[in-house]
Amino acid sequence: MKRSNEPVFWGLFGAGGMVAALLTPVLILITGILAPMGAVDFSFARVDAFASNILGGLIIWAAVSFPLWLSLHRLYHCLHDFGVHAGNGVKAAFYGAAALGTVAAAYLLLF
Amino acid sequence: MSKRKPYVRKMGSTWWTKNNFHTMYIVRELSSLVILAYSVILLFGLNALRGGEAAFDAWFAGLTNPLAIVFHVITLLWTLYHATTWFSLAPKAANLWIGENRVADNVITGSLYAVLGGVTVIGLLIAFVL
Repeated sequence: MKRSNEPVFWGLFGAGGMVAALLTPVLILITGILAPMGAVDFSFARVDAFASNILGGLIIWAAVSFPLWLSLHRLYHCLHDFGVHAGNGVKAAFYGAAALGTVAAAYLLLF
Repeated sequence: MSKRKPYVRKMGSTWWTKNNFHTMYIVRELSSLVILAYSVILLFGLNALRGGEAAFDAWFAGLTNPLAIVFHVITLLWTLYHATTWFSLAPKAANLWIGENRVADNVITGSLYAVLGGVTVIGLLIAFVL
Protein backbone atom coordinates (compact mmCIF):
# COMPACT_ATOMS: atom_id res chain seq x y z
CA MET A 1 0.00 0.00 0.00
CA LYS A 2 1.24 3.47 -0.84
CA ARG A 3 2.22 5.40 2.25
CA SER A 4 -0.15 8.29 3.04
CA ASN A 5 1.18 11.86 2.99
CA GLU A 6 -1.51 12.90 5.49
CA PRO A 7 0.71 12.82 8.65
CA VAL A 8 2.98 15.53 7.19
CA PHE A 9 0.07 17.89 6.52
CA TRP A 10 -1.57 17.00 9.82
CA GLY A 11 1.65 17.91 11.65
CA LEU A 12 1.80 21.30 9.92
CA PHE A 13 -1.92 21.75 10.63
CA GLY A 14 -1.23 21.07 14.32
CA ALA A 15 1.62 23.59 14.43
CA GLY A 16 -0.60 26.11 12.64
CA GLY A 17 -3.42 25.57 15.12
CA MET A 18 -1.04 26.29 18.00
CA VAL A 19 0.40 29.45 16.42
CA ALA A 20 -3.08 30.71 15.49
CA ALA A 21 -4.35 30.09 19.04
CA LEU A 22 -1.36 31.46 20.99
CA LEU A 23 0.33 34.14 18.85
CA THR A 24 -2.19 35.37 16.26
CA PRO A 25 -4.71 36.97 18.69
CA VAL A 26 -2.26 39.55 20.10
CA LEU A 27 -0.92 40.28 16.60
CA ILE A 28 -4.44 40.97 15.26
CA LEU A 29 -5.01 43.22 18.27
CA ILE A 30 -1.79 45.19 17.59
CA THR A 31 -1.64 45.37 13.77
CA GLY A 32 -5.37 45.36 13.01
CA ILE A 33 -6.92 47.35 15.88
CA LEU A 34 -4.50 49.25 18.17
CA ALA A 35 -2.08 50.50 15.48
CA PRO A 36 -4.77 51.67 13.00
CA MET A 37 -6.52 53.50 15.86
CA GLY A 38 -3.28 55.30 16.65
CA ALA A 39 -2.66 53.66 20.04
CA VAL A 40 0.61 52.01 18.95
CA ASP A 41 3.51 53.51 16.98
CA PHE A 42 3.50 51.57 13.70
CA SER A 43 5.92 53.71 11.68
CA PHE A 44 7.98 52.24 8.84
CA ALA A 45 11.24 52.69 10.79
CA ARG A 46 9.92 50.86 13.84
CA VAL A 47 8.33 47.93 11.96
CA ASP A 48 11.41 47.65 9.71
CA ALA A 49 13.67 47.44 12.77
CA PHE A 50 11.42 44.73 14.29
CA ALA A 51 11.43 42.68 11.06
CA SER A 52 15.23 43.01 10.73
CA ASN A 53 15.78 41.61 14.22
CA ILE A 54 16.28 37.79 14.15
CA LEU A 55 13.64 37.13 16.81
CA GLY A 56 11.22 39.67 15.29
CA GLY A 57 11.69 38.12 11.86
CA LEU A 58 11.04 34.62 13.23
CA ILE A 59 7.83 35.85 14.90
CA ILE A 60 6.60 37.40 11.63
CA TRP A 61 7.55 34.31 9.64
CA ALA A 62 5.77 31.98 12.09
CA ALA A 63 2.69 34.24 12.19
CA VAL A 64 2.41 34.25 8.38
CA SER A 65 3.30 30.67 7.53
CA PHE A 66 1.94 28.22 10.13
CA PRO A 67 -1.65 29.56 10.12
CA LEU A 68 -1.65 29.11 6.32
CA TRP A 69 -1.17 25.36 6.86
CA LEU A 70 -3.94 25.32 9.49
CA SER A 71 -6.46 27.26 7.42
CA LEU A 72 -5.83 25.70 4.01
CA HIS A 73 -5.91 22.19 5.53
CA ARG A 74 -9.25 22.94 7.21
CA LEU A 75 -10.74 24.62 4.15
CA TYR A 76 -9.68 21.70 1.93
CA HIS A 77 -11.44 19.23 4.24
CA CYS A 78 -14.41 21.62 4.57
CA LEU A 79 -15.06 21.26 0.84
CA HIS A 80 -16.07 17.67 1.59
CA ASP A 81 -18.43 18.87 4.37
CA PHE A 82 -20.21 21.09 1.86
CA GLY A 83 -20.63 18.23 -0.60
CA VAL A 84 -17.72 19.12 -2.88
CA HIS A 85 -15.57 16.06 -3.54
CA ALA A 86 -12.36 17.72 -4.65
CA GLY A 87 -9.57 15.61 -6.09
CA ASN A 88 -5.81 15.58 -5.73
CA GLY A 89 -5.44 18.61 -8.00
CA VAL A 90 -7.35 20.83 -5.58
CA LYS A 91 -5.46 19.31 -2.64
CA ALA A 92 -2.16 20.15 -4.36
CA ALA A 93 -3.38 23.70 -5.04
CA PHE A 94 -4.36 24.27 -1.37
CA TYR A 95 -1.15 22.86 0.14
CA GLY A 96 0.88 24.42 -2.69
CA ALA A 97 -0.51 27.85 -1.73
CA ALA A 98 0.50 27.27 1.91
CA ALA A 99 4.01 26.24 0.80
CA LEU A 100 4.27 29.27 -1.49
CA GLY A 101 3.27 31.65 1.33
CA THR A 102 5.77 30.01 3.68
CA VAL A 103 8.63 30.37 1.21
CA ALA A 104 7.60 33.90 0.17
CA ALA A 105 7.57 35.10 3.80
CA ALA A 106 11.04 33.60 4.42
CA TYR A 107 12.37 35.15 1.19
CA LEU A 108 10.99 38.61 2.05
CA LEU A 109 12.51 38.46 5.53
CA LEU A 110 15.92 37.16 4.43
CA PHE A 111 16.59 39.08 1.19
CA MET B 1 -14.16 -2.36 -12.65
CA SER B 2 -17.30 -3.91 -11.25
CA LYS B 3 -20.57 -3.11 -12.95
CA ARG B 4 -22.52 -2.65 -9.74
CA LYS B 5 -23.82 0.81 -9.04
CA PRO B 6 -23.76 1.41 -5.28
CA TYR B 7 -26.27 3.88 -3.90
CA VAL B 8 -24.48 7.01 -2.62
CA ARG B 9 -26.65 8.95 -0.21
CA LYS B 10 -26.76 12.65 -1.05
CA MET B 11 -25.51 14.78 1.81
CA GLY B 12 -26.08 18.27 0.43
CA SER B 13 -24.52 21.33 1.97
CA THR B 14 -26.97 22.43 4.69
CA TRP B 15 -26.88 19.40 7.06
CA TRP B 16 -24.86 21.39 9.62
CA THR B 17 -27.64 23.96 10.14
CA LYS B 18 -29.98 21.33 11.61
CA ASN B 19 -28.19 20.68 14.87
CA ASN B 20 -26.27 23.01 17.16
CA PHE B 21 -23.27 20.71 17.64
CA HIS B 22 -22.74 20.50 13.87
CA THR B 23 -23.26 24.25 13.48
CA MET B 24 -20.54 25.00 16.02
CA TYR B 25 -18.26 22.49 14.25
CA ILE B 26 -18.66 24.43 10.99
CA VAL B 27 -18.23 27.78 12.83
CA ARG B 28 -14.93 26.39 14.18
CA GLU B 29 -13.76 25.11 10.78
CA LEU B 30 -14.68 28.36 9.02
CA SER B 31 -12.54 30.38 11.45
CA SER B 32 -9.88 29.35 8.90
CA LEU B 33 -11.36 31.89 6.48
CA VAL B 34 -10.42 34.90 8.62
CA ILE B 35 -7.20 33.28 9.87
CA LEU B 36 -6.17 32.73 6.23
CA ALA B 37 -7.13 36.32 5.34
CA TYR B 38 -5.06 37.70 8.23
CA SER B 39 -1.98 35.70 7.18
CA VAL B 40 -2.36 37.02 3.64
CA ILE B 41 -2.73 40.62 4.96
CA LEU B 42 0.50 40.15 6.96
CA LEU B 43 2.26 38.71 3.90
CA PHE B 44 1.20 41.73 1.82
CA GLY B 45 2.40 43.99 4.65
CA LEU B 46 5.77 42.23 4.67
CA ASN B 47 6.03 42.68 0.91
CA ALA B 48 5.13 46.38 1.29
CA LEU B 49 7.72 46.76 4.08
CA ARG B 50 10.38 45.44 1.70
CA GLY B 51 9.11 47.82 -1.00
CA GLY B 52 10.11 50.83 1.11
CA GLU B 53 8.45 53.47 3.24
CA ALA B 54 5.91 54.70 0.65
CA ALA B 55 4.67 51.16 -0.07
CA PHE B 56 4.46 50.37 3.66
CA ASP B 57 2.53 53.56 4.43
CA ALA B 58 0.07 52.78 1.61
CA TRP B 59 -0.50 49.26 3.03
CA PHE B 60 -0.95 50.66 6.54
CA ALA B 61 -3.38 53.36 5.30
CA GLY B 62 -5.63 50.49 4.12
CA LEU B 63 -5.70 49.10 7.67
CA THR B 64 -7.00 52.40 9.07
CA ASN B 65 -10.20 52.14 7.02
CA PRO B 66 -13.10 51.64 9.52
CA LEU B 67 -14.23 48.54 7.59
CA ALA B 68 -10.73 47.07 7.97
CA ILE B 69 -10.89 47.67 11.74
CA VAL B 70 -14.33 46.00 11.92
CA PHE B 71 -12.90 43.08 9.92
CA HIS B 72 -10.01 42.76 12.40
CA VAL B 73 -12.35 42.83 15.41
CA ILE B 74 -14.39 39.97 13.87
CA THR B 75 -11.15 38.16 13.01
CA LEU B 76 -9.90 38.54 16.59
CA LEU B 77 -13.12 37.15 18.10
CA TRP B 78 -13.30 34.27 15.61
CA THR B 79 -9.61 33.43 16.18
CA LEU B 80 -10.18 33.43 19.95
CA TYR B 81 -13.07 31.01 19.37
CA HIS B 82 -10.62 28.79 17.44
CA ALA B 83 -8.25 29.07 20.45
CA THR B 84 -10.89 27.94 22.98
CA THR B 85 -11.84 24.90 20.86
CA TRP B 86 -8.16 24.14 20.23
CA PHE B 87 -7.31 24.25 23.95
CA SER B 88 -10.27 21.99 24.84
CA LEU B 89 -9.22 19.46 22.18
CA ALA B 90 -5.51 19.50 23.11
CA PRO B 91 -5.76 16.91 25.95
CA LYS B 92 -7.46 14.49 23.53
CA ALA B 93 -4.69 14.90 20.93
CA ALA B 94 -1.73 14.98 23.36
CA ASN B 95 -1.95 12.14 25.86
CA LEU B 96 0.74 13.24 28.36
CA TRP B 97 2.07 11.10 31.19
CA ILE B 98 4.37 12.01 34.08
CA GLY B 99 5.68 8.70 35.38
CA GLU B 100 2.65 6.56 36.17
CA ASN B 101 0.18 9.44 36.16
CA ARG B 102 -1.69 10.81 33.21
CA VAL B 103 -1.62 14.62 33.13
CA ALA B 104 -5.19 15.79 33.80
CA ASP B 105 -7.11 17.38 30.92
CA ASN B 106 -7.70 20.63 32.78
CA VAL B 107 -3.95 21.00 33.50
CA ILE B 108 -3.16 20.86 29.75
CA THR B 109 -6.05 23.17 28.81
CA GLY B 110 -5.28 25.58 31.66
CA SER B 111 -1.57 25.72 30.74
CA LEU B 112 -2.46 26.68 27.17
CA TYR B 113 -4.69 29.53 28.40
CA ALA B 114 -1.78 30.66 30.61
CA VAL B 115 0.59 30.62 27.60
CA LEU B 116 -1.95 32.62 25.54
CA GLY B 117 -2.15 35.17 28.37
CA GLY B 118 1.65 35.34 28.67
CA VAL B 119 2.22 35.74 24.93
CA THR B 120 -0.47 38.45 24.80
CA VAL B 121 1.07 40.42 27.70
CA ILE B 122 4.60 40.16 26.20
CA GLY B 123 3.26 41.21 22.78
CA LEU B 124 1.51 44.27 24.23
CA LEU B 125 4.62 45.18 26.24
CA ILE B 126 6.72 45.09 23.05
CA ALA B 127 4.09 47.16 21.22
CA PHE B 128 3.70 49.83 23.90
CA VAL B 129 7.00 49.95 25.77
CA LEU B 130 9.91 48.88 23.57
